[in-house]
Amino acid sequence: MSDTASLESIPEAETYQGYKVGPFKVTPLNHRRWLGFKANKRGYWSFWIFMVLFIGSLFAPFIANDRPIIMSYKGEILSPIFKDYPEEKFGGFLPVTDYRDPANFDEISSNGWMIWPPIRYSYRTVNSELPEPAPARPSWRLSTDQVCGKYENGVDDAQCNYGNWNWFGTDDQGRDVSARLIYGFQISVIFGLILTGFSAVIGITAGAVQGFYGGWLDLIFQRFIEIITSIPLLFLLIIIASVLPPGFWILLGIMLVFSWTGFVGVVRAEFFRARNFEYVNAARALGVGNGTLMFRHLLPNAMVATLTFMPFVLSGSITALTSLDFLGFGLPPGSPSLGEMVQQAKNNLQSPWLAIMAFIVISTMLTLLVFIGEAVRDAFDPRKTFG
Amino acid sequence: MSEPILSVEDLQVAFTTSGKTTTAVHGISFHINKGETVALVGESGSGKSVSALSILKLLPYPAASHPSGKIMFKGKDLLSADAAELRKVRGSDVTMIFQEPMTSLNPLHTIEKQIGEILELHQGMGEKDRKIRTIELLNQVGIRDPEKRLGSYPHQMSGGQRQRVMIAMSLANEPELLIADEPTTALDVTVQAQILELLNKLKARRGLSMLFITHDLGIVRKFADRVCVMTNGEIVEHGPTKEIFDNPQHEYTKHLLAAEPNGDPPASDDKAELIMEAKDMKVWFPVKAGFLRKTVDHIKAVDGIDLTLRAGQTLGVVGESGSGKTTLGLALTRMISSEGKIGFIGRDIGDYSFKQMKPLRSEMQIVFQDPYGSLSPRMSVAEIIAEGMRIHMRQLSNAEVDDTVCGVLQEVGLEPSTRHRYPHEFSGGQRQRMAIARAMVLEPKFVMLDEPTSALDMSVQVQVVELLRRLQEERNLAYLFISHDLKVVRAMANEVIVMRLGKVVEQGQATQIFDAPQTDYTKALMAAAFNLETASSGIVSQ
Repeated sequence: MSDTASLESIPEAETYQGYKVGPFKVTPLNHRRWLGFKANKRGYWSFWIFMVLFIGSLFAPFIANDRPIIMSYKGEILSPIFKDYPEEKFGGFLPVTDYRDPANFDEISSNGWMIWPPIRYSYRTVNSELPEPAPARPSWRLSTDQVCGKYENGVDDAQCNYGNWNWFGTDDQGRDVSARLIYGFQISVIFGLILTGFSAVIGITAGAVQGFYGGWLDLIFQRFIEIITSIPLLFLLIIIASVLPPGFWILLGIMLVFSWTGFVGVVRAEFFRARNFEYVNAARALGVGNGTLMFRHLLPNAMVATLTFMPFVLSGSITALTSLDFLGFGLPPGSPSLGEMVQQAKNNLQSPWLAIMAFIVISTMLTLLVFIGEAVRDAFDPRKTFG
Repeated sequence: MSEPILSVEDLQVAFTTSGKTTTAVHGISFHINKGETVALVGESGSGKSVSALSILKLLPYPAASHPSGKIMFKGKDLLSADAAELRKVRGSDVTMIFQEPMTSLNPLHTIEKQIGEILELHQGMGEKDRKIRTIELLNQVGIRDPEKRLGSYPHQMSGGQRQRVMIAMSLANEPELLIADEPTTALDVTVQAQILELLNKLKARRGLSMLFITHDLGIVRKFADRVCVMTNGEIVEHGPTKEIFDNPQHEYTKHLLAAEPNGDPPASDDKAELIMEAKDMKVWFPVKAGFLRKTVDHIKAVDGIDLTLRAGQTLGVVGESGSGKTTLGLALTRMISSEGKIGFIGRDIGDYSFKQMKPLRSEMQIVFQDPYGSLSPRMSVAEIIAEGMRIHMRQLSNAEVDDTVCGVLQEVGLEPSTRHRYPHEFSGGQRQRMAIARAMVLEPKFVMLDEPTSALDMSVQVQVVELLRRLQEERNLAYLFISHDLKVVRAMANEVIVMRLGKVVEQGQATQIFDAPQTDYTKALMAAAFNLETASSGIVSQ
């Protein structure tokens, strides 16, 4: 029972140096959290699936594009993905080459080679050789004759290949659904991540200041937040959309005005609770300033609640963007967006592939995020961590 | 000898967390006869509470389990009893009172409702009978004017009164066995003496058997008929109280009995350097009322206190909870604002702002009560100790800071190689050493010690007291030692202030105050602390 005797009894594995997550050295606490996260199999796998999908979607131009990734023309190696070449180069007259144009396609094919992405449509590419009036059915529901019926040489045409298939059909403007889904997924997730990131920064700062100082500052800020949260977001967006041209950043800015308030509550509560903890007082007695106190001693407490909250804010932001797009007040026309796809599905009930595909992508994305969120929550649950 | 009312045979308790099973109690056996008080003594982590909770199966099952054992209560095995049978036993044949009277009562119900509920559940009493019986019970546990207190909520009562209500609740159904799990640990010494006396009286009147769980040997000596000494989940020694105290056999029992703070405080020296002086110090918290929040009254937490403190000396501040001891300490260190003059190493810091205080912070340090709360759980030991140095000793390089941290850890008796670990990996005593190291590393002249030993086990307390005294001698430190534990104060302080309700009751040389207290209040405090005796009513709080 001697005081120093128990020092030696801490096994070596318990020490700080031993813990790693992948290549990173972590604290024992974070290591236990990582194990907790891993223990939730559903969330752990959702995390990896989501990461694969997300990182994959960042390379969307290499997966679905209307121009070759790399090509050789008259001995010269060109990379149309990174650089726009005028059509003059290949004997045409447009300022930017349309590589899908049969004339250009034949010209380049006979003077070199092209490596195409697996899907030869970008999100805005209109399939000009649609087998049937838009929205066209998925290509695998048609015979090869039908799919290639509009090409110059029919089934024997060089363009008649799987790359030009519309795997999930087209929308009502003849654009490839699969390409639009890939780009739509990318833009939704990026929008959600940026919005969540900015909201977290603003929300945590505001919550920290309010919780730490309390008093009048807190009182006034809380009323201000109450006013903000009671403004209906969609109505305001509709009004603003009629004044400002909606775009990615403007939408982000407007939604940011509303979404940061979600973080304030949790962070403020944590700061309120922790600001009179003994170790905070102990640091204050050492002469530690307010900034350091908040950052080093209080913030780590609040981060647990915030991180737990984050995946749900992320899925919330994505849902908000989708609903705005659905109503037509979202991203500018032509942008690949899941909400717009849902709207098209509503307008074209005879083309179920639109609704089905939009549903699958949106629900998969949100389900993965919620599963990840649950696993994060489990990992940070102090009862599980310390139990 | 009569048949034992409760006998525990070879009880094991195991806890399973994430696949790992740890055994907390390794097969203990004891029994309680009718009308007998058996004490289960041990330090924290010895498994005494867990054993007591198993009797009523109040552990978090299925995480907890009993690989073996029998708990026979009046010929029935409680461990194998089903939920319905247990419910009948709980709260009527066997009842329990817990350590924390603040949290064991429902804050949203009145006293009448809480006691009445038990009467209704177990005896099916009607409303009128319930009221009569509740008043009778409150009378028995010594609550004055029970008719008036019926409508009170727990927060309107003091800790001692709440514990009395808890006892009333546990007696409501005339139990045969009362399990008391550290029932007085959270209470002041004076209130503790009152509660113990009450339990003793009730026991004698009703022939109640009692299982008393405590870490305080003083209580055991006075109240228990038999003692079981527990450590590491085993009963290492048991027998009649007198025998155990007079002639302990086991090493651990001897160790426990020897763990009384002893040694002498530093000698008073009027010529030593004056470190701190306060004149007519006041901390008043305004009470605001009405629409315009006008200040209508003040809570006088500290009301006109004078003190002087010289280098190498210790000033002890004692008093019941709520007497303003800690507020006084915080005001002296300028953690809260106060009125009156505070002189500190030749400066009047009474109206210094936080910024002005910053350079002085390295000269005055605080060691807090709870070593679990005062160390940030997210910083390593080295970071915690170095934090103050990064502010006050900016000129030091990283290597020098690290050297200093190692040095101070060694000085407080910790292994320097453990400095990269986190506080949760250490025991309470080790943590308190870290908190002391954090204060000492800045080489202060004055250290405020706010109940630095209260959260620690007895044997660890002794070590911490010795450490503090050694550091004081080596560094010629001035201590302000705040504590409700008079035994520790006697071993630490050469001068003592006795506080009550923000005012000084008695002030002077420690030897004089301890040996020949002048006021009734101080006398009552001493009697309660050293002999567990109660004072006549009116002198101390209820």
